Amino acid sequence: MEAILFYLTATVAIISALFVIKCRNPVNSALNLITTFLCLAVFYIMLEAPFMAAIQIMVYAGAIMVLIVFVIMLLNLGLAVKSRYSHGLAGGGFLAALTLLVTVYFIKFGEATGTGGEITSEVISSYGHTELIGRAMFVDFLLPFEIASILLLVAIIGAVILSKREV
Amino acid sequence: MVMTPEVLTLSETPWLFTGVMLVKIAVAFVVTILIVAYATYAERKIIGRMQTRMGPTMTGPKGLLQPIADGLKLFFKEDIIPSQSHWFAFILAPMMILAPAFISISVIPFGGDLEFSYEGILYAVPMQIADLNIGVLFIVAMAGLGVYGIVLAGLASNSKYALLGGIRSTAQMISYELAVGLSIVAIFMLSETLSLRGIVAAQQLPLWGMESFSFIPNWYIFCQPLAFGLFVIGSMAEINRTPFDLPEAETELVSGFCTEYSAMKYALFFMAEYANMITVSAIATTLFLGGWGGPFYGWINFLLKVFSFMFFFIWIRATFPRLRYDQLMFLGWKIMLPLALANIVITGISILIWL
Repeated sequence: MEAILFYLTATVAIISALFVIKCRNPVNSALNLITTFLCLAVFYIMLEAPFMAAIQIMVYAGAIMVLIVFVIMLLNLGLAVKSRYSHGLAGGGFLAALTLLVTVYFIKFGEATGTGGEITSEVISSYGHTELIGRAMFVDFLLPFEIASILLLVAIIGAVILSKREV
Repeated sequence: MVMTPEVLTLSETPWLFTGVMLVKIAVAFVVTILIVAYATYAERKIIGRMQTRMGPTMTGPKGLLQPIADGLKLFFKEDIIPSQSHWFAFILAPMMILAPAFISISVIPFGGDLEFSYEGILYAVPMQIADLNIGVLFIVAMAGLGVYGIVLAGLASNSKYALLGGIRSTAQMISYELAVGLSIVAIFMLSETLSLRGIVAAQQLPLWGMESFSFIPNWYIFCQPLAFGLFVIGSMAEINRTPFDLPEAETELVSGFCTEYSAMKYALFFMAEYANMITVSAIATTLFLGGWGGPFYGWINFLLKVFSFMFFFIWIRATFPRLRYDQLMFLGWKIMLPLALANIVITGISILIWL
């Protein structure tokens, strides 16, 4: 049952990811990317990480992609993207092949993850995934979390300064 | 003999579980569609009376068959797809606006447990399609997906008015989503759970844990009045109801994002507006007004509260003029967002002191 669901979702994810780069129209590319994100959310649920799934939809599908679509809308790329691009193909192909090689290298010689730690399905179902993540973030790893939030704060201030005419 | 009811699970009794789930989904869906249809009728009647008109009277007794006649008319009209539009996105847009509204309803509890016996075993079925561990987050996520319908409609129509409506709506929904999301945060700081079922259960305790006031339930509207106000105003903006209906301001934009739509696709946009209204009313009821708790039997309380919310939304529409666009942005970013943040801080401090 779960395997069938996994393969179905995986097929949809791969096909929509393929269409992200195949589509001539940026709007359709964006739509396909949203589909890919939704498939990833399904994977998170199957990995018993419902909190991650909700955040995936909220942040990526709900916020970032809306901004991207918004930009597409404001730029109104009509005929400019219809013409065929070819000069980026060689570089893109080279990069993709390189990434594939590196990934294969890591899989072959890296240490396997997911061999089982303290957090098993029973722990997740008794505590709840949200509580576990909250505890990890605000108790165990408080300092890294605060450092990351300062980084975000700097980025926000930077965005405000960039968008203002006079500071 | 008192038996403790068994909980239905997929692994123990797969067929019974599937059957019960399908029945629950069908009932929730049909009831929602019916409420959507008759919400249009109620809106025309109520606004008519408020403006000393009659509203629909001709079709059926007191005009009761009007929504069905409207539906049939729109269904059989010619469906026009503009030749310069992105046809795929154009067809997809009305579906993408309607689906999130219906999906959100699946996590809302309508009542307590229903008990029935099958082959001598007593089963308890919660009157809720799915009790997610992350219920509130799921609703916020689905509300975020609702933007796409309007964005795509504006983009795909390839028309100035639709594009302007779409841009306005995107900006508006992104701004108000923040305030709404942050106002909900204060609720689950108090309830200490994200499951909507748990939130309803927490609201059935006596007010502020005081036994002497046990006749007043612990509805979160009493301890979070600010969050309630922010939620209602923000949701009204998020579902584009008057006074925040700038995306379809007909005096400036013809009909906004749905200018180019006709026939059933137009009807879907219309249905989505009312479905969103039902969803928002149901969420507000669950989070702030104690869900299905109250003097009557479970789901009757729930429907009563939802209907009063919808009456309130319709009433607002008959009363207030539309906001100007800069006023809308000012309200969203400079008033509601700081208030929501302040509410979270105050709630946090109060929890540290008193709980």
